[in-house]
Amino acid sequence: MDWQAFGLTIRLAVVVAGVLAFLGLPIAHWITYSRWRWKFLAEAVVALPIVLPPTVLGFYVLLALGSRSPLGRWWQGLTGHTLAFTFEGLVIGSIIYSLPFAVQPFAASFAAVDSRLLAASATLGASKLRTFFRVIVPLSVPGLVTGVALSLAHTMGEFGVVLMVGGNIPGVTRTVSIDIYDQTQALNYAAANQTALVLLVISFFVLSLVYALNRRVWAVWPWKEERSRKTLNHDGH
Amino acid sequence: MQSVCENSFRPTSPSFAASDLFVQVHKRFSSGFELDVSFAVPPGITILFGPSGAGKTTLLDCIAGLATPDSGRIAAAGCTFFEDKTRLPVRSRRVGYVFQDLALFPHLSVEKNIGYGIAGLHVSERRRRVDAVLESFRIATLRKRKPAETSGGERQRVALARALVTDPCVLLLDEPLAALDAASKSNIIEDLRTWNQAHRIPILYVTHNREEVFALGERMLVLDNGRVIAQGTPHGVMTAPQQEIIAQLAGFENIYDTTVVAAHEDRGTMTCRTAAGNVELETPLVRAEVGSNLRVGIRAGDILLATVRPQGLSARNVLPGRMVSLAQRDVIVVARVNCGVEMEVHLTLAARDALQLQAGREVWLIVKTHSCHLMAS
Repeated sequence: MDWQAFGLTIRLAVVVAGVLAFLGLPIAHWITYSRWRWKFLAEAVVALPIVLPPTVLGFYVLLALGSRSPLGRWWQGLTGHTLAFTFEGLVIGSIIYSLPFAVQPFAASFAAVDSRLLAASATLGASKLRTFFRVIVPLSVPGLVTGVALSLAHTMGEFGVVLMVGGNIPGVTRTVSIDIYDQTQALNYAAANQTALVLLVISFFVLSLVYALNRRVWAVWPWKEERSRKTLNHDGH
Repeated sequence: MQSVCENSFRPTSPSFAASDLFVQVHKRFSSGFELDVSFAVPPGITILFGPSGAGKTTLLDCIAGLATPDSGRIAAAGCTFFEDKTRLPVRSRRVGYVFQDLALFPHLSVEKNIGYGIAGLHVSERRRRVDAVLESFRIATLRKRKPAETSGGERQRVALARALVTDPCVLLLDEPLAALDAASKSNIIEDLRTWNQAHRIPILYVTHNREEVFALGERMLVLDNGRVIAQGTPHGVMTAPQQEIIAQLAGFENIYDTTVVAAHEDRGTMTCRTAAGNVELETPLVRAEVGSNLRVGIRAGDILLATVRPQGLSARNVLPGRMVSLAQRDVIVVARVNCGVEMEVHLTLAARDALQLQAGREVWLIVKTHSCHLMAS
């Protein structure tokens, strides 16, 4: 198995989820509370990566990062190389690609916070920023956990954007999903299966964790229930 | 129509005290509802009374800054909250606001809820103030609990304490005690009174509960359909309601259109005859011409009911009638009696059982002269 690809994928996913955890908060806050009349356009842009083919997204990100775009030139002047086909470029592409997976759960949980609590906070003299960090964020923890975990899992599994923006450079941009594709192309099914299985298990684990953490009341503990059922059976004999 | 009490404040007068809350608000809603009020609230508890939908909460929201009037002026403690282009932000108004649903922060302990509004203070000062208010509202034992782990009455205290600890210059209470039983209610009211004796700030207390009006208010304002229709002392407004809307609010289940048929100036009474049914009622004397129309309101709880014709009573109105219906509502029995006009009478369950009342039975209704409240029709 290509452990290097695994390490890279996890590093990418953690960086992207970490950045989105911070970047997503102000965007989600704006989307939830702004009364700007053209807000729906911004909402559509944020949600675009959900419906857009990753290759389309990757194509434009590649153009934007290339040495002909202002961003690409600025980065080149700063570091001496272009963003395309680098880990940094991959991070930028992935952030855009996973943005809705962080922002939408964030925004949904912000919107669910009782507006009377925000009013109460204001009458108690709190600034908007303080209200955000002392009331909105603590009451949105399940949504925040969901958003971060989804963007993490989503980044781990991405393929099209990575291929377009990053190419397939071992140790730099070669992620697990690219590796699986390569192995399959080489008819190396056993290796592909091995890697795919690990990715499947990890994704399942992350999502289970999300749902477990978001479960409001642990009235029924899975293993306790199991044990009580056994006891019941035992009594029945 | 004339307002009941003439000590009403004139909003254009420059002489109102700086500690008063001054409110002049005009706000039109797309639904057609229009809030148009102008009044001043002196230090002390002023009841804001009115049916639901009268605009009470909207008015409080305007004062707190959570809603913006179309025009007007709001000022308190010598500072203007709202006027023309002035919009003092909510957080700078120093308005304590206890919401109808309390809006306690569910993720914070009682202690942290109360300390929320004074986070700018030094830690030791903050702790001192929180301790003091926890003590005076008798909730010190709850300090580490979350709101969900406290009782309804305790939550009301916490919400009140959270607003008061910030040392507000105006306090707005939106039916804060609506959900409480009488005992906890009067306890909290006592605590609020004590607190306000020391602080003397204007307090607007929204309620549509009659008992609370009398228990709490030094003054009251009656709001109906976006307008102040009466103001004065609770006793003045509620016992001599000259407008039918207040009469209904004040709890007159029985309201009749009558004509004055005789005035007995020597006895201090009048005789009024109901337009329907021709029932003659002896009422207190007011300045009204014989032949003029007046409305008489009688509370269902003020009427006595007898199964035999009573004798030796001081009450002047003894009306024979027949029981039309009996219905139990909560712990009272609502009896409808036809004695020429139909009257609603409230009885206890015990009285119903002791008198073996049932529909169709002949009864006598006894109404004291001073239980007949007169209002302009």
